[in-house]
Amino acid sequence: MTYDSDIVIVGGGLNGPALALALASGGMRVTVIDARAAPARAKPGFDGRAYALSIASKRLLTAIGVWARVGAQSQPMLKIVATDGRVGQGPAPLRLRFDHDEIEEGPMGFMLEDRHLYAGFLDAMAEEPRITLIAGQTVVSQEITGQAARVTLASGATVSARVLVGCDGRASGVAARAGIKRQGHAYGQTALVCAVSHERAHGGIAHQFFTPGGPFAILPLAGGHHSSVVWSEPEGPAQQIAALEDADFLTVLRPRFGAFLGEIALVGARFSYPLSLTLAERFAGPRLALVGDAAHGVHPIAGQGLNLGLRDVGALAQVMVDAARRGEDIGAADVLERYQTWRRPEAMALALGMDGVNALFSNDNPILRAGRDLGLGIVGAMPGLRRAFLRQAAGLTGEVPRLLAGRML
Amino acid sequence: MSVTSTIDPAEVAKFEAMAAEWWNPNGKFKPLHMLNPCRLDYITRQIAAEFDRDLATSEPFKGLRLLDIGCGGGLLSEPMARLGAEVVGADAAPRNIPVAAVHAQQAGLTIDYRFTTAEDLASANEVFDVVLNMEVVEHVSDPLSYLTACQQLLKPGGLMICSTLNRNAKSFGMAIIGAEWVMRWLPKGTHDWKKFITPDELYDLIRRAGLDPVDRKGMVFNPVKWSWSLSSRDLSCNYVTASVKR
Repeated sequence: MTYDSDIVIVGGGLNGPALALALASGGMRVTVIDARAAPARAKPGFDGRAYALSIASKRLLTAIGVWARVGAQSQPMLKIVATDGRVGQGPAPLRLRFDHDEIEEGPMGFMLEDRHLYAGFLDAMAEEPRITLIAGQTVVSQEITGQAARVTLASGATVSARVLVGCDGRASGVAARAGIKRQGHAYGQTALVCAVSHERAHGGIAHQFFTPGGPFAILPLAGGHHSSVVWSEPEGPAQQIAALEDADFLTVLRPRFGAFLGEIALVGARFSYPLSLTLAERFAGPRLALVGDAAHGVHPIAGQGLNLGLRDVGALAQVMVDAARRGEDIGAADVLERYQTWRRPEAMALALGMDGVNALFSNDNPILRAGRDLGLGIVGAMPGLRRAFLRQAAGLTGEVPRLLAGRML
Repeated sequence: MSVTSTIDPAEVAKFEAMAAEWWNPNGKFKPLHMLNPCRLDYITRQIAAEFDRDLATSEPFKGLRLLDIGCGGGLLSEPMARLGAEVVGADAAPRNIPVAAVHAQQAGLTIDYRFTTAEDLASANEVFDVVLNMEVVEHVSDPLSYLTACQQLLKPGGLMICSTLNRNAKSFGMAIIGAEWVMRWLPKGTHDWKKFITPDELYDLIRRAGLDPVDRKGMVFNPVKWSWSLSSRDLSCNYVTASVKR
């Protein structure tokens, strides 16, 4: 039996290239199929889309040779300030501060713009002879047999491999074609995403306000005078806000943002994403695995979507590379089951936990409000608890894949 | 002539079904499948260390001739072939041979499966770089003569990996009461506890057979993680050894 590649990955967004690079670093041959043509993804201009990368994610990106290309363009997050707030009233008296001095790993995380991260992946893949990127091609069918997985592209070409991995997002075609059902629900909330420039320097501080409409985050971007804003509101109001002209949008944004960074202006593009939680009933099957949003889409309340996806990447790459070095068939059901056993409970717990956090904070009930002010105060007053919270958010707890601990496969 | 070409075509479907059973991770051989990654970790690391091979390269065991005694459905033979070794799989149960051969063919692997014993292979002057002797020694009637045959099968500098079960109250509880009576992982009567061997007894037998023991580790089942792992300290139940023919 010969294969075109050891692994075929459907999806060229972020998790797909990350997995390809991780597997290639472990000696595997990988084909990545991206429905979009490469130039359509690699837009050089500033558009405001950015990721809050955890320390663990940064370690993985370092291990797979991407961080060296993009690290200089990142903004370290030195401090995260979480506050309960109501529009027009400013922050509540009790606030929760997370300071990087409290964990030994350095900054709390890094903000990195999508344009830099994607370009870094593209360059790294181009330099890796074990990776073949097929861009601008959709998959029309897939077939799993006892010995191989095979996908057929719109062009009629086929790619065979030992394992097929779906990194194709929450509407995963790989999962749908494999008959893997998903459960989930819509939050009835929409995230509004934009970037602003501001008069005063942000000093590397990220802010998260829990407002009755939903969480509102200000995340510092490189340069000191730009920040990314991720803001959720109930669906109806969000659609109205999204439809506003820039000037009117800014009028709505200003009181929520506050005046602590001086005068603000919109830069780049504005985006809106309806929020929903989805969880695939299985993350793996014979010769098949799902990664990132294809397996689980979580509420992006704490910016954990990409971080969670990169944890999948680290776990799946490790499971397959370890299996290959033992001489096991990397596509065997029991091998890929190890990935599911490792990742699904954590994704599920996080999805449920996030759900709880969001329900607790997106609420104007005075009792809940008093309770959460108190809760924030208590967590804030106890360094041990705060550190535990921090390390969890930084991806430093649980069984950490080797790549996310900064080690090679 | 290869084994597969000597199989009666009418029998193939039956052998395929039996192979599917051997290779079903949740079927009759589930305990072996659960133990397999742990056994393979030990085997691959010992071979790599002894023959100076890099497991991160493709087919690191190329050029090594390996014998898998008691190969069953090929749960160890296939990984060894995938890592590049030239594999002979031997089993004293004749029905296992075509079953293993059918599966290897499906997997696109070349493995020489034979219905034979260690003693017969030794009489035929066959020699190997590596002999895998996994969970066999507790089933033979004369362990010393069996291990002596294994020694004869090794080239000078060759490596034998031998695993078995310790004999103590805990192994009786785990292997007989736990695995056979309670979990029903194994048919009752699979093991005769009196034939289990302590690590010191095994080292002694290995030395008397003319090999130098170089390493031993426990294989420990973790009921929380529901998986096996290697242990330097706990050899109280399942354990595995490496020895070299000087």
